[in-house]
Amino acid sequence: MHGSVESANLEEIAREVRKSIVKMTYEAKSGHPGGSLSATEILTYLYFSEMNIDPANPNWPERDRFVLSKGHATPALYSVLSMRGFFDPSLLHGFRKINSLLQGHVVNHVPGIDITAGSLGQGLSNAVGLALAARIDKKNYRVFAMIGDGEADEGSIWEAALSAAHLKLSNLIVFLDRNMIQLDGFTEEILTLGDLEAKFRSFGWAATTIDGHSFAEIRKAIEWAKTGEGPKMIIARTVKGKGVKFMENNPEYHGKPAPNEEKLKEALRDIEGM
Amino acid sequence: MMMSSELNWQPDLINKLEKKSVREAYGNTLVSIGSDKSVVVLDADLSTSTHTSMFQKKYPDRFFNVGISENNMMGVASGLSWTGKKVFVSSFAIFATGRAYDFVRQSVCYSDSDVRIVATHAGLTVGEDGATHQMLEDIGLMSGLPRMRVMVPADALETEQIIRYVYDNRGPFYVRLSREKVPVVHDSETFRYGRAETIVDGSDVTIIAAGILVSAAKVAASYLKKKGISARVLNMATIKPIDRDAIEKSARETGRVVTAEEHSIYNGLGSRVAEVVAERYPVPVKRLGVNDVFGESGKSWELMDKYGLSPMGIVNKVEEITKVTI
Repeated sequence: MHGSVESANLEEIAREVRKSIVKMTYEAKSGHPGGSLSATEILTYLYFSEMNIDPANPNWPERDRFVLSKGHATPALYSVLSMRGFFDPSLLHGFRKINSLLQGHVVNHVPGIDITAGSLGQGLSNAVGLALAARIDKKNYRVFAMIGDGEADEGSIWEAALSAAHLKLSNLIVFLDRNMIQLDGFTEEILTLGDLEAKFRSFGWAATTIDGHSFAEIRKAIEWAKTGEGPKMIIARTVKGKGVKFMENNPEYHGKPAPNEEKLKEALRDIEGM
Repeated sequence: MMMSSELNWQPDLINKLEKKSVREAYGNTLVSIGSDKSVVVLDADLSTSTHTSMFQKKYPDRFFNVGISENNMMGVASGLSWTGKKVFVSSFAIFATGRAYDFVRQSVCYSDSDVRIVATHAGLTVGEDGATHQMLEDIGLMSGLPRMRVMVPADALETEQIIRYVYDNRGPFYVRLSREKVPVVHDSETFRYGRAETIVDGSDVTIIAAGILVSAAKVAASYLKKKGISARVLNMATIKPIDRDAIEKSARETGRVVTAEEHSIYNGLGSRVAEVVAERYPVPVKRLGVNDVFGESGKSWELMDKYGLSPMGIVNKVEEITKVTI
């Protein structure tokens, strides 16, 4: 592993990622802070403690892959990638702005990003392709992916789920960011998803549920996912907007940044006090 | 006085012409390039129809049937391609381009993935299955996507060449094939990417055709010659990027352009040609295609006659554009 970080520091890194999420969406006057803040610990853990990657050589063929299928959580992923050294953090100032590298949704021309996403329900299929290629080529890299819970409304997620199970892709480890909120409101009010762990299990996956904000539980779940046959689904219970009180569990902040300087300061204070 | 027996596919003309399967040509070519271990083929439960099953028999480890899930197939193809695989995906044109459009857009084209979509069962010649399966909008859908290149072979030999071309070059590509065996146009390999091929030279009108309609245009041109009209026939196997220079040259030299395709008159070959003529050298253009309607069940060549996608249909357009009663 290249430059993995001790867990004592992960909390501190996650705090910096959260500040960056809030700042970059504020600066862009757009973007998706809610689902970025819910995904922060998982992305931080993967990039700073788990994945076999080399920021100096982002296309290293043996690297582990990560697919952000919920492609709107760019503030989290771009922040993590820049802090991990894939590109200069000053580029974050261009987020969502014209003539800049960092598009609103993930694009594979950004160093460290393998798969383009944004239109929901596609990334998981891409991850299946990456994991299948490892098998064809007899390579040992693993494929991590993150899907949203709202994203599971898309039928294609379930096509990909069938595919991964049928192909017995043991090298595929997927997090489902179960923050219970999508753009228009609460997931169970818009389209009942119910027991996603049971649903994925019935689709042939090994599945477990954890607290997606606990590094200890994330670590344990990944260790669990390294054993056994077939694809692994880790349902991560999270809080949308986690760390910023006025954003937490508030559907309004799915796709809206802190509205003014005052609120930005309040958000940063909240994060500092976590 | 037009002779329908000479110019309609049915009952005799189509039986007199030598025909070959473009699907088999695809399957055979896949097998021939399959020794390259980077070639991976995906299908969505239609492999015996698209003939990717031929590849599966020879290289079962690099063939994946994803089931009836075309969206997933495009996503998996994209993922595979980003590890250096040369990916071919096949289904019927309706599903590969219509059902999976947003996946083709994002996971294939916007992602700039090295994926070749080879779709069969395009157009009316699906036959008995009817309108649900007769894709007439696919060229428009695929041509509108940045990075996508669109090709429609006229016959089996050109299919082999085009499949080899897309194998040798980086995707994304869309190659459109028919279910039906199609009349042989070529006796030698003539395909050049992005270049129109002059099948017949002529000076009074240019007929620009693609796919099955190239053979129809050949028949029409020889009939017109007997009637004193000199028709040039261009085979436009590459629809995107289209050969603008050849279109301009023909507009300039023959003063009239007729297009012919087994596709909607909207957003296909005819639309592309009309755009080029309008911008570069405006002369009258008439488009032969399916006139903004869905197809229906029937035998392939009956349908082609009914919807005018025949030598007769082309001669009618030439009559309209030359204002000469033939």
